Amino acid sequence: MSFDAAYEALTDHDDDARWAYGTGFADPLAGVPTTVPANIDRGDLAAYCMMLGDDALIMSHRLQQWVTRAPELEDELAIANIGLDLLGQARLLLTRAGEVEGAGRDEDALAYLREPREFRHVPLAERADADFAHLTARLLVFATWRLALFDRLAASRDPMLAAIAAKGVKELTYHREYAAQWVVRLGDGTDLSHERMRAAMAAVGPLIGELLDPHEIERRLAVAGVAVDPATVRGEVEEVLAEVARAATLRPPVIPPPPTGGPAADDVSGAEPAGGRGRDGVHGEALTEILGELQGLARSLPGSVW
Amino acid sequence: MSARLAAAADVVAAVADPELPMLTLAELGIVREVRESEDGVLVAITPTYSGCPAMEAIRDDIETALREAGFRRVTVRTVLSPAWTTDWITASGRAKLAAAGIAPPGAAPRRPAGPVPLTLGARRDPVCCPHCGHGDTEQIAAFSATACRELRRCPACREPFEHVKEI
Repeated sequence: MSFDAAYEALTDHDDDARWAYGTGFADPLAGVPTTVPANIDRGDLAAYCMMLGDDALIMSHRLQQWVTRAPELEDELAIANIGLDLLGQARLLLTRAGEVEGAGRDEDALAYLREPREFRHVPLAERADADFAHLTARLLVFATWRLALFDRLAASRDPMLAAIAAKGVKELTYHREYAAQWVVRLGDGTDLSHERMRAAMAAVGPLIGELLDPHEIERRLAVAGVAVDPATVRGEVEEVLAEVARAATLRPPVIPPPPTGGPAADDVSGAEPAGGRGRDGVHGEALTEILGELQGLARSLPGSVW
Repeated sequence: MSARLAAAADVVAAVADPELPMLTLAELGIVREVRESEDGVLVAITPTYSGCPAMEAIRDDIETALREAGFRRVTVRTVLSPAWTTDWITASGRAKLAAAGIAPPGAAPRRPAGPVPLTLGARRDPVCCPHCGHGDTEQIAAFSATACRELRRCPACREPFEHVKEI
């Protein structure tokens, strides 16, 4: 692009352009084969891609809200870059979800035009951060859990999920490292920082149970060699959180035990875990606020391009 | 490889990266394939990071460069697997990064068996200052202007500098 044509280049867009990603941004999976391997349930696979994509999209939005509010410029850059990585993962996963679903929805339609009940993220992703300690505790748990999942998902029978996961592992390793270092610095810091970090780790604990409790779709796809049963990463998550907590002179968060009484698929009582399930579209007030920001412009100016 | 295809490969290889313009796409190691297809010249590139906003610009730059070189039908495809690694940055690319004051990446970490190890900030290899060559520099921030770089400083010459992180 020459400077003479800078304005033209800025306004030059193809017919597929959506305003959301600027001008002329195309499908992030352009040219990647879209086939689904045999014997994989397309509905389940689309829903699973949406679960992992929504985790990243909503977490990324919460991270973006820290921009202009981080304690230091360097941390603002870090948080923004981590949010960008997760947004990239969300774009890949939602694009894949739309292709597999086959209902003509692309990443924009899934991100901007779904109702709250259709989002499938875990509650940890949407939790608002009371302070920077809460952010680091939440990011530590999120990155630790997602890294453990993606590391195993890199062996998925779905080549697209496997590729997205293998790439994500490298990014999530840095995210976990960033959060872990802050937890250690604050926990092993002054009396005040220790106390606030302790409170943040305690607050995030109750949200970890649902991360490790498989949804029936996850369980079915795990049996088919496509998904990772999150119950299988409990040990790794517990060990990493304990190691970070030890270095931070903190107690690790108390992780709720696995639900008793066998898998939910066999549960004829229909009892739901307390607080509902994010994977089923049950979310709190926080999501209404997030979607108000995330979707407001797209909904008020449908199909707009700039 | 036909002369025409070799010429196309040369054009693609010489396109500058929009974020690190001292590097060509070939030096950055993101060009996976240039070949003839039924859709004309087919170029396969790989993203450095999932959210890298430069991918669109890179795709456009490749198409523009090939069209200007007389290749009318061009298709640029994304290839996700295997994931890009900084090990694919070429020797000349590393030299150009250093000359621009950006410390090139060391060898990408080799995964031991089992879970991804937590390092809590400990580096295996020191990062040399690209200005004075001092071997023991310290991290200021784990992320810099882009996700692929970190910010460091040199205690000897006191200059801050960027370092391309190993992935």
